[in-house]
Amino acid sequence: MKNVVIRFCGDSGDGMQLTGNMFSSLSAILGDEISTLPDFPAEIRAPQGTLGGVSGFQVNLGQGVYTPGDKADVIVAMNAAALKVCVMNKLFHDHAIIIVDTDTFTKVDLEKAQYKTDNPFEELAIKESVQIVPVALTSLTKESLKDSGLDNKSILKSRNMFALGLVCWLFDRPIDKAIHFLEEKFQKKPALIPNNVKVLTDGYNYGQNLALNVIHLDRSAEGIWSMDRSAEGKNKHTLIAGNKATAWGLIAAAQRCGKRLFLGSYPITPATDIMHELAGRKDMNVMVVQAEDEIAGVCTAIGASFAGDLACTSTSGPGLSLKSEAIGLAVMAELPLVVIDVQRGGPSTGLPTKTEQTDLLQAVYGRNGECPVVVMAASNSANCFDYAYRACKIALENMTPVILMTDTYLANGSSVWQIPQLAELPEICPQTVPEELKGQYNPALRDSHSIRYWAIPGMEGFEHRNIGLERDAQTGVISTKPDNHEQMVRARQAKIDQIVEQLPLLEVQGNAQSDTLLVGWGSTEGHLRAAANELNCALAHLNYINPMPKNTAEVMKRYKRVIVCELNTGQLATILRSRVSDVVFEQYNEIQGQPFSVERIVEWVRK
Amino acid sequence: MEAQEFKSNQYVRFCPGCGDHAILAALTKAMAQIGVPTHETVVISGIGCSSRMPHYLNTYGFNTIHGRGGAIATGVKTSHPELTVWQMSGDGDCLAIGGNHFIHEIRRNVNLNICLFNNRIYGLTKGQYSPTSPKGFVSKSSPFGTVERPFVPAELVMGARGTFFARTLDVDMPTAVDCMVKAHQHKGASVIECLVNCVIFNNGTHSWIADRETRAERSIVLRHGEKMIFGKDNDKGLALDYTNRLIPRLIVVAADDERVLVHDAHEQDPTLHRMLALMGQERYENANAEVQDELPIALGVIRDVEAETYDEAVNKQINEVRSQSHAKTFDELTATLEQW
Repeated sequence: MKNVVIRFCGDSGDGMQLTGNMFSSLSAILGDEISTLPDFPAEIRAPQGTLGGVSGFQVNLGQGVYTPGDKADVIVAMNAAALKVCVMNKLFHDHAIIIVDTDTFTKVDLEKAQYKTDNPFEELAIKESVQIVPVALTSLTKESLKDSGLDNKSILKSRNMFALGLVCWLFDRPIDKAIHFLEEKFQKKPALIPNNVKVLTDGYNYGQNLALNVIHLDRSAEGIWSMDRSAEGKNKHTLIAGNKATAWGLIAAAQRCGKRLFLGSYPITPATDIMHELAGRKDMNVMVVQAEDEIAGVCTAIGASFAGDLACTSTSGPGLSLKSEAIGLAVMAELPLVVIDVQRGGPSTGLPTKTEQTDLLQAVYGRNGECPVVVMAASNSANCFDYAYRACKIALENMTPVILMTDTYLANGSSVWQIPQLAELPEICPQTVPEELKGQYNPALRDSHSIRYWAIPGMEGFEHRNIGLERDAQTGVISTKPDNHEQMVRARQAKIDQIVEQLPLLEVQGNAQSDTLLVGWGSTEGHLRAAANELNCALAHLNYINPMPKNTAEVMKRYKRVIVCELNTGQLATILRSRVSDVVFEQYNEIQGQPFSVERIVEWVRK
Repeated sequence: MEAQEFKSNQYVRFCPGCGDHAILAALTKAMAQIGVPTHETVVISGIGCSSRMPHYLNTYGFNTIHGRGGAIATGVKTSHPELTVWQMSGDGDCLAIGGNHFIHEIRRNVNLNICLFNNRIYGLTKGQYSPTSPKGFVSKSSPFGTVERPFVPAELVMGARGTFFARTLDVDMPTAVDCMVKAHQHKGASVIECLVNCVIFNNGTHSWIADRETRAERSIVLRHGEKMIFGKDNDKGLALDYTNRLIPRLIVVAADDERVLVHDAHEQDPTLHRMLALMGQERYENANAEVQDELPIALGVIRDVEAETYDEAVNKQINEVRSQSHAKTFDELTATLEQW
């Protein structure tokens, strides 16, 4: 088998995210390609054992991995509720292996999980082809830790390590690597290490010694387990989550151009990890202000930008709505600003922990007045780094706000990142005012590309007043003159339009000769590549939406059938229809708070 | 330095007779006295009449959006503590739409000088009641009188754990200049409530103390370390009365009474500062009530205490972590990753 999809699921307090992350890292180090999907409820601790409290972590590993997989080959279900959720949501294949903790099927457990009968397996009508592997996880963990002196509650918290040990055995992950990981993870709480290591090892040995009889998984086939990539190229690799990659992209950009990185932000799911990461990076000279609200988050950043820093703000959809007036100010004041929108299900509070691509029109158009900004999107967890870096470059060199779109799926998911050296990254040249303009500077002065010059407080002879009011194109002071306003509106638009020259052309992936073209943007690239491969058709995936690569229309016009696939009701399609004439755009949309199902796309296109 | 150096070449567009003219004049005088050069001075404002101020000053300036001046100024000062940052705001900008930023810049004690122009009206939108308009105040948006209780800015500042509060009056230039200079000297969020007259929409709002004949009787200029004495003939003083009371109250006594208080602006406990700042404020509680003021309205620096500033603390923490850390560059950071 070339790749395997594994899903860990249990109560939101069962440590499924940790287990999944550790297993993924372990596999990535062994050379597997990885794509992960953490899938958790909005409640921090929903009532134990209930359907609402089930937290899942899915990982696809092997070769040719573009997505976390539509359905799992192996399920680890820590309780009766988790098993039921997997069945209800059709989360596994017909030939899947399901490892269940048999200790969690008491009458009370079944009631909490809303089973109607005493026979859950029958009630769920799981197909016979599915292999159920019953393991008394809870009792085995208790047995493992009976001499530890830990209380019952702490012992039960270690069940996930038994499950991890078991899965490590199932997939031949070397136990010593896993132990090493555990030690790293609990570096700050060394007291927890011995017991966790014991349970992990016992889980592993249980699989080995008591001969779990697993028949479908041919572990010896086509070795995906031992591929060693350490010799490949000079760059090293690591597994990185999208939010961390985003944060590090900002750090790299600041260091590349010698500016200090400033983040003004307010906690919001699923963007907060960017702030967490940056708040911990004072060693990199990062300044983080946890502001009093979303508006203050962007406004402190605008203040820092006015004062000469590389300024950013991170948020999610509702926060982007709150920030829109201030983003308009940055447009009018023509200050560099990077706004990161980690999209989630909307509108309003919507689905805070789920993924969606529904902020695109808000990002492109959601402000008063003619208010163009650059809108771009990352398309996998690792390239959040590259696009965050490029967002900074574009903002600093063109004196404009840039909105970078990611989403829950990219933010929480991880993929393999080829670690760059700072010097390899493209140079960043902020539009700082040349010294010759001392004494003659005003904030309306622009270069031949329509880009305004940046003068920073502290520079003598460049004192000026910046404004959110319309300014005179020549003198930079407040102006309400009709002709001037039109001239300024067009100048701000021209500045954004010329950025197209800095963007790579839109590439066609897959079978370019096909007469069908899938079109997508942002986080769906992996799924659309998988779908295009299966359909043997072409794919054009956009990372830049405003402005769009200049060959966009030309690419679209080459195909008989153009299908825009999005996790919304057709926002990119709407934009494309307004910008590309003579192409009939078909739409494929899913709005379920989940990444695409490749299977469903393929089916729909073929129908 | 001369006040003239701080004036920009822009024509000042405040209405003729507006109190903002006087505050602008006081501000340029204060800036000259302070002596920080124009290129190291930044003036941030939101929206409103008072927020036009940056245009008339030859410093770095940023006239931003309604209510957000406080957050933007926080960003400027925190990222660049070497700059002297002023914030110009009004009773609408600061206490209504920008209320959240206002209390948090004070709570954090960001080292800013905040001029809060209080004319008890929205002037630029042509005459609606503001959060400081007295209850019952008739305006375009309250044709039958407001039914809201107003804020007393000083109370809000102290409630937000403010470290500096001064009150000044458009027609009292020396006190205004003095308060601004002291605000600059104070490390932390310094709020100067500038009582200004809106000649068009709320003319005479501060006339109780602004009128030359009665001002000395109806106001007191507080000075740290000096006795609290006021009156045309300096014949009155302020004292605390404990008679039959659990909580004392301020009373007016003869200037030579031994009970007359000495002003201590540096006292950490805000109780007395709050009592002093609230003197005469019942006049603004209710537009229609007959108020028999005995106590004068306090002007000058009422509270001026020390506390660590946010901008200093943030920068200090970064420097401490940096000095102890082995990884300081991006490449050193990536080297710490588990990698293969």
